[in-house]
Amino acid sequence: MTVLRVKDISILFGGLKAVSNFNMTLEEGELLGLIGPNGAGKTTVFNMITGVYHPTSGEIEFADKNGKFQNTTHMKPFQITQMGMARTFQNIRLFKDLTVLDNIRIAYHSNVKYKTFDAVFRTPAFFKEEAEITKKAIELLEIFNLGHKQAELAKNLPYGEQRKLEIARALATQPKLLLLDEPAAGMNPQETQDLTQLIRFIREKFNLTILLIEHDVSLVMGICERIIVLDYGQTIAEGTPAQISQDPRVIKAYLGEEVGLHA
Amino acid sequence: MKKNIANGLTLAAIAVVFTGIMTALVFFGVIDEYTAQILSLAGINVIVALSLNLISGFTGQLALGHAGFMAVGAYTTAYCIMKLNLPMFLAILIGGLVTAVFGLVIGFPTLRLRGDYLAIVTLGFGEIIRVIMINLEQITGGAAGLKGIPSFTEDILLAPALSLLWVFSVMIITIILVSNLIKSSYGRAILSVREDEIAANAMGINVFYYKMYAFTISAFIAGVGGGLYAPFFGYLNPTMFNFLKSVDFLVIVVLGGMGSITGTVIAGFVLTYLQEFLRFLQDYRLVIYPLLLIFIMLFRPSGLMGNREISILGLWQRLFKSKNQSQSKVDKAGER
Ligand SMILES: Nc1ncnc2c1ncn2[C@@H]1O[C@H](COP(=O)(O)OP(=O)(O)O)[C@@H](O)[C@H]1O
Ligand SMILES: [Mg+2]
Repeated sequence: MTVLRVKDISILFGGLKAVSNFNMTLEEGELLGLIGPNGAGKTTVFNMITGVYHPTSGEIEFADKNGKFQNTTHMKPFQITQMGMARTFQNIRLFKDLTVLDNIRIAYHSNVKYKTFDAVFRTPAFFKEEAEITKKAIELLEIFNLGHKQAELAKNLPYGEQRKLEIARALATQPKLLLLDEPAAGMNPQETQDLTQLIRFIREKFNLTILLIEHDVSLVMGICERIIVLDYGQTIAEGTPAQISQDPRVIKAYLGEEVGLHA
Repeated sequence: MKKNIANGLTLAAIAVVFTGIMTALVFFGVIDEYTAQILSLAGINVIVALSLNLISGFTGQLALGHAGFMAVGAYTTAYCIMKLNLPMFLAILIGGLVTAVFGLVIGFPTLRLRGDYLAIVTLGFGEIIRVIMINLEQITGGAAGLKGIPSFTEDILLAPALSLLWVFSVMIITIILVSNLIKSSYGRAILSVREDEIAANAMGINVFYYKMYAFTISAFIAGVGGGLYAPFFGYLNPTMFNFLKSVDFLVIVVLGGMGSITGTVIAGFVLTYLQEFLRFLQDYRLVIYPLLLIFIMLFRPSGLMGNREISILGLWQRLFKSKNQSQSKVDKAGER
């Protein structure tokens, strides 16, 4: 079953065409990698899919919770999130001055049933649902080995744990499609290895479809079934990791970059 | 669940006893009339400063016209008492509701925009409201203002104690309700907007809605604070609500700590008292306030309390039930 259809989207920033005529279809359960040199337009594609930017032309359709396709091209990010899509950011965007626990609990807010009245007058409905939310949040943190850090402020976590917390927070919105923007950026090989395991694990556990932007080619080649390569805003190759690593255009695009495809 | 109810009752009991004792102290003259007046005034300032903290400290949207909201609440309440003969409680409530409508109307076009538009528009609103108050002579008495607004009681002997009782009751209810709101999922939504709008949006939070939500509630509370002004002073005129008044609240919030209810309460009482004490300085306030603000920014940019809170219930449990594993005295920011 198809989860996401991206049809011929382009976006202009001033005179610059950051992404042109990008096409993509995501099948349920798939793990698709989006790679390309710096400035190729990968994050911009994410921003259009999640509603942060709206494409200048083209359309995006996302299957809602009942599997019915909705045109999300001009929806707001929070609406798209509520439909079941979540993301992380290339430059971590945690709620820095809030605790680890609250970072997660915020993600449950759009499903909260108690009203402002219950909150300010502390009705039983408030206590009951708050207890449920907190329990769910702690269970999720425990999966990420962050349970013991729930009371710490997010900004005080080490870098690697901040990345993990951001993924956990995205999962708390209960998505069926997860978009990860360079989750291994700034990690050492060991941490990257652990992250690879983690992505495999959550994919199974939460039945996720995943779209992964990554600069670390070994990570992408290791876990993606299918890869799209972007360069200067255009798709220059698409296929299995084996096909991609043979493609002359891809090798050319990566020439001069410090990370070669065969590294 | 039982523990929750017990905690709620304990807090309510502490609040009632505290208010009762304060009122009795004034009634029996232990606290003199002048001090009682300052305390009442401080209570009103705390209410309005809390409302400003809700939008500026907790939601991160700078607002500079809270004196304007106060004015709307004050004049509406005075009108309801004098012209419509409504009971005090209802008049103040209507004052708050009318002010909330003003909040909605100002917020709707402004809060969609990014950055500091709200600061500019609320600043303008505060001034425009004053001009309107001056020109709407039929209702507001124009520049001369309104006089002879009935007090909380007709009995002069009872007045100081009853004023204090009213103000403190409203203040404590406001403190409890606002802190309950902040420590709920709705509060977390508001905080997430302050922390990072893009991330909040990506978490499914309707950022514009929650800015409107916080701003409207803020306006309502400021209106209630203004509503208490009318019977407290017995007269109203537009200069009571000038830009400096808005700055007063900002100083209280910044000094106490943006995002700390406890800080606002402490700073509200300290600054109100200081203001009375330094009355002889008159317009030098214009010099002292900016200096004070610069001083805070230099040496303690997060204010007295930062975004920490002192939990009354926590203190209570610590004092009287120290064997239980009670809450810590100073909650960390996030334990809200
Ligand atoms: N908001 C923006 N305004 C103007 N230019 C932008 C904006 N966002 C991205 N760009 C430009 O679009 C191009 C693609 O950027 P990006 O999608 O971040 O690349 P990648 O994620 O592949 O490294 C870059 O040239 C970048 O400067
Ligand atoms: Mg990028």
